[in-house]
Amino acid sequence: MRTPPSDGARRLGRTTTRRAAEAVARAIIHVCGWLAIVILAAIAIFLAWNSVRAFGEAGLGTMLSETAWYPTSDPGKFGMLPLILGSLFVTGVALAVSVPVGVAAAVFISEFSGPGVKDVMKSIIEFMAAVPSVVYGLIGVAVVIPLVKDVFALNSGMTALTGGIVLGVMSLPTVISISEDALHAVPFDLRQGSAALGNTRWQTTFKVTVPAAGSGIFAAVMLGLGRAIGETMAVLMLTGNAAVMPTTVLESVRTMTGTIAAEMGEVVQGGLHYSVLFAVGLVLFAITFTINLAADLVLERQRKRWRR
Amino acid sequence: MDLRKFVAPALAALLLAGTMALAGCSAEEPASEAEPTAEGAAEELEGSITVQGSDTLLNVATAWSESFMDENPGVDISVQGGGSGTGIAALINGTVDFANASRGIKDEEIAEAEGKGMDIVEHSVAIDGIAVVVNPANGVSDLSLDELGQIFRGEITNWKDVGGIDAEIVLLSRDSSSGTYEFFKEAVVGEDFEYAASAKLLPSNQAIADEVTANEAGIGYIGLGYLTSDVKIVAVDGVEASVETAADGTYPISRYLYMYSDGEPQGVMAAYLDWILGAEGQQLVEDEGFVPLP
Repeated sequence: MRTPPSDGARRLGRTTTRRAAEAVARAIIHVCGWLAIVILAAIAIFLAWNSVRAFGEAGLGTMLSETAWYPTSDPGKFGMLPLILGSLFVTGVALAVSVPVGVAAAVFISEFSGPGVKDVMKSIIEFMAAVPSVVYGLIGVAVVIPLVKDVFALNSGMTALTGGIVLGVMSLPTVISISEDALHAVPFDLRQGSAALGNTRWQTTFKVTVPAAGSGIFAAVMLGLGRAIGETMAVLMLTGNAAVMPTTVLESVRTMTGTIAAEMGEVVQGGLHYSVLFAVGLVLFAITFTINLAADLVLERQRKRWRR
Repeated sequence: MDLRKFVAPALAALLLAGTMALAGCSAEEPASEAEPTAEGAAEELEGSITVQGSDTLLNVATAWSESFMDENPGVDISVQGGGSGTGIAALINGTVDFANASRGIKDEEIAEAEGKGMDIVEHSVAIDGIAVVVNPANGVSDLSLDELGQIFRGEITNWKDVGGIDAEIVLLSRDSSSGTYEFFKEAVVGEDFEYAASAKLLPSNQAIADEVTANEAGIGYIGLGYLTSDVKIVAVDGVEASVETAADGTYPISRYLYMYSDGEPQGVMAAYLDWILGAEGQQLVEDEGFVPLP
């Protein structure tokens, strides 16, 4: 018992300072958290505000159901359906490429590779995500377009398939890293329990670990889908951009993103065409927002399942 | 989900975007100083000019500005692309002095400018001939304007109908908002018709040249400045596209390229425009593959 009062006072002082610092930090974090929501809302409002003229003069129903996209004709024809279908075709192909390859790669990295291999693979995948999309586009022009043309004996290699293949490769990093996180999050007890019951490593992986991480893998696929549907530069270079109603993936398609990128520079700013491009952006925003929301809800379900 | 993985790149991107936005702002600032103070002293021009617009004109506009600045060290000219619409919008917003355009200004744009009390003046600065190109292996070397129209409207779909091999024609066009697309539509496809929906719309002259080079059944159109030896020019109504035939008017698919200003240019802007329309400026037009004004 030396000088408890002064010691206590000092401790009290330090705690007060620390509390104040914490309060400030908490306030900053709160503002940042809300800022993200404010920005998202601002984007939605901005798109909607600029689309008002398109809704009024071209009509949302007309735009979503008509099939002719001749925006610079007089009067302009603003049928968005070929663009929406174009985006869906390309994204469908991208998923068909990225899901099997991506999930298999994630299973390998998480369950079958040693620590050294795992680190190397993860860095390579992060590097893949860092390659600019125009570079993927150039590789697609030089390699994938001629390949698709020759393999399917087409008159042109600029097709939904070409764009989809390259987009699939581009969305691999998203699918792999998030699937791998989901597999990693599966409690080790489950694997041990499975092994204790006499299952082999393969059986454990495919009957226990992968199903347990199922919703996380689903979320990875949804985020990969969001990545693919929003990509612009590579599809602009690879799909031929003909605004036809596609019936197979071996036809040229025009995507929503490609349309906005190609046409925004030349339109009369504030004009009807300009406004219609914002409406295309709004539709795209609605689609990607829904996809991301669905993925988040599924991820949340997975987190709850393993919370103890 | 490991948040750190996503936060770091996002922050980096934000930082980059911020830097670029700042750079963009500072580049536009000199616009207000365009009014020169030098009077009558042609040797001692001072001031700054900002130009924005058509990507078709970008190369030649850059060449003009570099030569002009070499001759007049006191003058600072900044040139940006982005498209004709972007340039005209910037002119109407007062952020640039000249807008480059590969299409004529539209009524909507004139009305908007008049609403702001502006008087937009058009200056023709060069002529662009649009060459119709096919793969060198293609046997077809001459098409009439009428046949071209039918091809691009999708009424003729096989090369054998115009004297070529039995193969489906692959239509290659510039993107629908490019000035070249609209001009080619007026001159070839026809005002009241549309391009065939199957026409592939490519983002640049270079993309069309590349695809025609690679695709034996392809046909496209590109500016004279982008012709390479890997593509074959198709004569239209018996006239082959060249600087000479576009300049004397015998080649049917050629158009003017424009610069727009608010009111008649004064001072350093007038000097720059005169220089562009003079011998040196028009020589650069020819060097960049366009056609000088007659």
